[in-house]
Amino acid sequence: MTLLDFRLTESNPIPLDGLPAHVGDTPLLPLRRLTSNLSAKVKVFAKAEWFNPGGSVKDRPALNIIQTAIANGDLDNGKRLLDSTSGNMGISYATFGAALGIPVTLAVPANASAERISILKALGAEIVLTDPLEGSDGAILKARELAEENPELYWYANQYNNPANWQAHYLSTGPEILVQTNATVTHFVAGLGTSGTLMGTGKYLREHLPYLKVIAFQPDASFHGLEGLKHMPTAIKPGIYDESLAGNPLEVQTEAAREMVSRLAKEEGLFVGISSGAAAVAALEVARQLDEGVVVTVFPDAGYKYLSDKNLWK
Amino acid sequence: MPVLRIPTPLRAYTNGQSTVNVTGNNVSEVLTDLTKQYPTIKPHIFNEDGALRPFVNLFVGESNIKDLQGVDTPIKEEDKVMLIPSIAGG
Repeated sequence: MTLLDFRLTESNPIPLDGLPAHVGDTPLLPLRRLTSNLSAKVKVFAKAEWFNPGGSVKDRPALNIIQTAIANGDLDNGKRLLDSTSGNMGISYATFGAALGIPVTLAVPANASAERISILKALGAEIVLTDPLEGSDGAILKARELAEENPELYWYANQYNNPANWQAHYLSTGPEILVQTNATVTHFVAGLGTSGTLMGTGKYLREHLPYLKVIAFQPDASFHGLEGLKHMPTAIKPGIYDESLAGNPLEVQTEAAREMVSRLAKEEGLFVGISSGAAAVAALEVARQLDEGVVVTVFPDAGYKYLSDKNLWK
Repeated sequence: MPVLRIPTPLRAYTNGQSTVNVTGNNVSEVLTDLTKQYPTIKPHIFNEDGALRPFVNLFVGESNIKDLQGVDTPIKEEDKVMLIPSIAGG
């Protein structure tokens, strides 16, 4: 057989489906050593979301928001996708924007980590830096202003209020956890950023497992170092957030999350970001109170984007 | 007199003020003056050992004090010092 004889056949095609086909279906990894002091009948698992092509859980909502907008004709006529982001959502928008030929403009607080801003620039996104003193709420207000002033130029994706955000998790993260745990999950624990992960995954799992407990967590104070997470009482509340799904959120201290990041790396081989450390703190707090059960949480990203925070990795 | 700029999440502890006039010759003295003027802000910036909490970033002009001399970084009369919050949400 020569190269000239080689033909693609329907029965054996080379996959040509591109990045979007590889979003989701992330591994569900057990925490082993960090759970050794728990009851033997209690298991803790984390969805390893850095396995997504854009490197974080945000690939799920970003792709669903973009695909929904394309289906609705919102991104026709060369309009730019506009949103505010603390980093990961922007990286996902920029990734799929580059892959699909959609220009992307992002309002980003100027104190976003240097790694995140470098990645956004590498992917060709236009970045509007906002006042670092105003944090992510300042970026939200800037994106709203740009959208109102230039409706012909921008399509405002609005991740905090766009139902395609939580629906992404309803359609993917929730079903994956149900199958991966063989429907044995008893507690789902997720942090509050836009609240999309909690709302979509929690809603799906609750519909299929009525006794499942959905538990939210947030930073313990308005001034905190848990990148990507929101202290709801003092921040602009996302339109998609419904407090009734999970009740009062657990509160995680920044220092506890940072210490956990180090332990996850050294004791579990999981090199993850700060919000994953916070997720582990919250999930283990829930697990400690159980005699038996299966606790599942979400680790949003890997540690690479936090390497400039030198104190974190001592 | 140096000016300390306060991020939104900490203004609840400075009577809503976004800037505070402070005295001091270095970052440490400036922060001590801030906590004297507004004592309830202290546990948000310092841990129980009196050290800066690990995620607190302070800028003198454009430069992070972590790249200068930390809390010993000198402060001049005309300097603007910025306390930076972490990035929240999405």
